[in-house]
Parts: sequence; structure tokens; C-alpha cells
Amino acid sequence: MSGELAAAIKRKHPLSREAAITGWLFVAPMVLGFIIFLIAPLVMAFYMSLTDWPILGDAQFIGFANYKAIIVDTEFWKILGNTFYFSAGLVPLNIILALGLALLLAKGKPGMGLFRTAIFVPVMTSLIVWAIVWKYLFATDTGFINQLIQLFFGVQGPAWLYNAQLAMPAVIVTSVLKNVGLNMVLFIAALQQVPAQLYEAAKIDGAGRRTAFFQVTVPMITPTIFLTVIMTVIGSLKVFGQIYVMTQGGPSGSTKVLVYYIWEKAFKLFEFGYASALAYILFFIILIFTLIQWQLRKRWVFHES
Amino acid sequence: MKAEGAVLKSSNWIAGALHYLVLTLISVVMLIPFLWMVSTSLKEPAKIFVFPPEFIPSAIRWANYTEVLNNTPFHLYYFNSVYIAVVVTVGTAFFASLAGYSFARIPFKGRDLVFLLLLSTMMIPAEATAIPMFLFMRDLGFNNTHVPLIALPIFGAEGAFGVFVMRQYFIAMPKDLEEAAMIDGCSRMRTFFEIMLPMAKPALASLTIFTFLTTWNDFFNPLIFINNRNLMTLPLALSLFTDEAGTAWNLLMSASVMVTLPLLLVFFFAQKQFIQGIAMTGLKE
Repeated sequence: MSGELAAAIKRKHPLSREAAITGWLFVAPMVLGFIIFLIAPLVMAFYMSLTDWPILGDAQFIGFANYKAIIVDTEFWKILGNTFYFSAGLVPLNIILALGLALLLAKGKPGMGLFRTAIFVPVMTSLIVWAIVWKYLFATDTGFINQLIQLFFGVQGPAWLYNAQLAMPAVIVTSVLKNVGLNMVLFIAALQQVPAQLYEAAKIDGAGRRTAFFQVTVPMITPTIFLTVIMTVIGSLKVFGQIYVMTQGGPSGSTKVLVYYIWEKAFKLFEFGYASALAYILFFIILIFTLIQWQLRKRWVFHES
Repeated sequence: MKAEGAVLKSSNWIAGALHYLVLTLISVVMLIPFLWMVSTSLKEPAKIFVFPPEFIPSAIRWANYTEVLNNTPFHLYYFNSVYIAVVVTVGTAFFASLAGYSFARIPFKGRDLVFLLLLSTMMIPAEATAIPMFLFMRDLGFNNTHVPLIALPIFGAEGAFGVFVMRQYFIAMPKDLEEAAMIDGCSRMRTFFEIMLPMAKPALASLTIFTFLTTWNDFFNPLIFINNRNLMTLPLALSLFTDEAGTAWNLLMSASVMVTLPLLLVFFFAQKQFIQGIAMTGLKE
């Protein structure tokens, strides 16, 4: 049927013309919107990154001077390190916790729905609210966490968000708890799609639970693992809101990350050229991660429809 | 033999108990922030510092809520957040399903190339285009208006994602009905609006939930484009409130409760749709 129609479309000129017109008409709003709001500013951002662009007055073309300045900017390298520290802390914690919870929840034991809801609730909460509440929980004198420490251990807890060693871990924990439910739900959906026959076949072949997990479960859910890893890595490289609320990049710059730096340079200091170069570096880092992961995906992902 | 069975049984029992213990523990960690938020939002300022901590306040102070409502234009923040999220959601659903349908079903030249380009725009971080966008909107006089907060998500990552989700859904739909309608002389436009779109309700529902949530929680765009107090959305207003309220945690928490509660109530009543919708939009490849 569909083949016939396709052939008819190819044969009959008026129909294919009609299809071309409607086809373009239907995609036009989106395509135009993307050109104006995404492609054009992306090109423009690159041009701006090659200029000295003050908030008022004329821009000056300076070639790659901004990029050269970034390379020798020690603050930039520290910030890049902070960003990777955040990602390296968040991504494995998030994925392992999400997968572990999904495995615990996927077996239809009673009460699992309740747990799933509880773990998913932070996903439904605004990041800003979540960050504010955790800032309060981590507060040095009045914070709930330090009150618990005082109660159980009888000592004054640390100044979590005002200690250069502890601030980033605190932000990481806050971020993991905020979004682990999302990945967990994706994993549960994936686990439930693994055909039961595969487990039965594995059992007949004498596979234990561990073997079944690594030989059946993991290969079957690799597409989901890759998807969640990609999304989580990219999301973590763009971390901003929780840092803005909880630490403002401090103490002594220990939680200042790339997007925070871009925002600060662009919208607090109005160094648009320099900030655009930073933004382009962020864009390329994300691009590289996406490409690497797509390559790995081709090689490792077991099945894909 | 018998003893072995008993050992197996008791180890099963332990595993089961451990299973519930781990889940209970993590659920408690997830819920404590909310309980503490509600608890603090009802406390007298002096009681916030009390040690050991009080989970149920000894004296309940509703004034924390009325103070926030009376001293800040909270109703305006609410209105701004709701209406922007609704407009973005409707706009995204409309444009994305139109484009998604076209990419899935209408054969036209260059279609797959355009789709691929559109898809690749999902990789562009909004943070990378924010600076030129800020200048562009400033020159058009749209800074300190809601225009950027509405246009940028529809034609940004959310929109691209929407096109993708809708296309995948339309591709998987059976062709018979659509072809029958078109052979009967139904125009492409009518076929889309009267036959295909109603059948795409599950995908639309997922997209709606996803887009509404992302827009409702958006912080970066309001932070950049909005200075005017009366035009702020809830997350931005709340973040400023944090700076100003300092350690008036009781007020901050009551504001947080007011921001969080409505969405959570909706979530509890339509939990299945929410979780399935998010699982579906997340899983579509």
C-alpha cells in the first residue's frame, strides 16, 4: 500500500509537487525559528569571539586574541578543572545509583510504586528550590545536617559550603539526588522491556544471577545506558543553577564552573568577546563528548532497532 | 538438605529485608528536604535555631506565608511562570508536531538532510548562543519582556527535541487510515489535523509534560533577559529572594513550598502519565 502511494507520488507530478509544498510548509516555522534563534546566534557568537566587544561602542576585530588569552588564563584552567571535577563526581554516582535503584524497583515487589514516587519527586521540583533547600540543609549553624552531626556525634559539623574542599562534593550530592530519579525511571523502563524468555533461557543454560545480569541485562539495556550517560555528561558540563544559588562559585573559586564563568564574564563584566570565546569552548567540549560517545556507541551497543 | 533449605530461606529473607531497608533509606533522604522545608516554613524565626531540631514546630506561624505574599509580588511571579510555561508548551507541541509529521510522512526533497541538521542543533548549548541573543533582543527592544523566554525554548533544544519525539511517533503509526483519507480526497492539512494529530495524543502528552517542566524550571534565560521585578518568573524571583532574605529561612521555605506544592499535587494525581511520559520521551531513539 505505502509502496504504491510512494510510486504514485513519484509518478504523478502534481501530487509530488503538492507534497513538496506542504512538506516544506509544515516544517517552515521550526526551520525558520532555528535559523533565527539558534544557527544565526551560533555563527554570530563565533564572530564575537574574534572581537573585543564592549557593552557600548564599536567592536574591534582582534583575531584569535581572546582564545590566546584564555589559554594563558590560569583561572580558566582552574574552572575547567572544577567543571570536570563536577562531571567526574556526578556522572558515575548518578548512573550507578540510578541503575542500582532501578534493579531494586523493577521486580514487582509490593510497595515499589511508593519508593519510585519518593525518589522521583525531586525531579519534579524546581532546581532552584531544590538548591535553596539544600543550601539550608548544609548551613553551618542552623543546617539540619550539622544538627544531626551534633546530635549523634556531639561535635560541630563543618562549614560545608564555605570550605574549599567540601563545597563541590556538597553541590555534587545535591545534584545527584535531584536527578537520579530521572535516570532511574529510564532504566526501569528499559529493564521491563528485556524479554523474560531471555532470562529463562539463561537459567536453563545454568547461568547464575550474576552471569544473567552481565550476559543478558547489561547488553539488553546498553542503548539506554549510553543515552543516559550522554545526557548526564552534557547536562553536568552545563551545570549552573545550583552553583549560582548554593555557592556563587565560591569559596575561593572552588566551585566556579564553565557556565558560571561565561555568565560572569558576559553579564556581570560585559566582556562579550572573551565570554563568547569561552562559550565556543563549551560548545566544542560538548561537541567532542557527543562525538566520542556516538563512536563508542557504534562499537559497543549490543542491539539497536 | 532440610538445613540447607532453611539457610536459603533465611538468606532470602535477609536479602528481602535489605532490599526494603536500602529503598527506605534513600526515600527518606529524598523526602527529608521536603519535610524540613514545610516544617521550617511554619516556624517562628527564633525556633529555626533551636537545638535539637524540631520537626513539628511547637508554635505554628502561618504569617510566614502571608508575609511573603504581602511583601513581594508573588502572584505576579506565579502568573508569569504559568503563562510562559503554557505558551511555550502549546507553541512547541503545535510547531513540533507539524514538523515532526512532515519529516515522518511527507516525501519532499531535502527532507532527511533538513531533519538531520535540525537534530544536530540539539547539541548546541543555549549558553553558547546566549550572548548574541542578548544583544539581538536588546536591539529589538525585547530585553525585559517575555519574548525571549517564550521564543528561545520553542525554537531551541526543547523544540528540536519535540520535533524528534513527534517524528518518531508518527513514523511508527500505521499508514492505512491516513492513506484511506487521502485517497478519499482529504487534504494533507485536514488529514493531519483530523486524523493523525488525535492519534498522536500519547506522544503529545509526554511532550507537554516534558516541555512544561523544563520551561517552568528554566533559570538561565530569565536571569539574562529579565531585570524588571514584575516580569520575573518564580525560579529567578526565588534566587534573588535568597540573597535578600539572608537567613530568614522561614520565609524562604514558605516561598519554596508555594512554588513546589502545586506541581507536586498535579504529579501525585497523574503520576503514571508523568513517569511514563518522561520515560517515553527519554527512551525514544
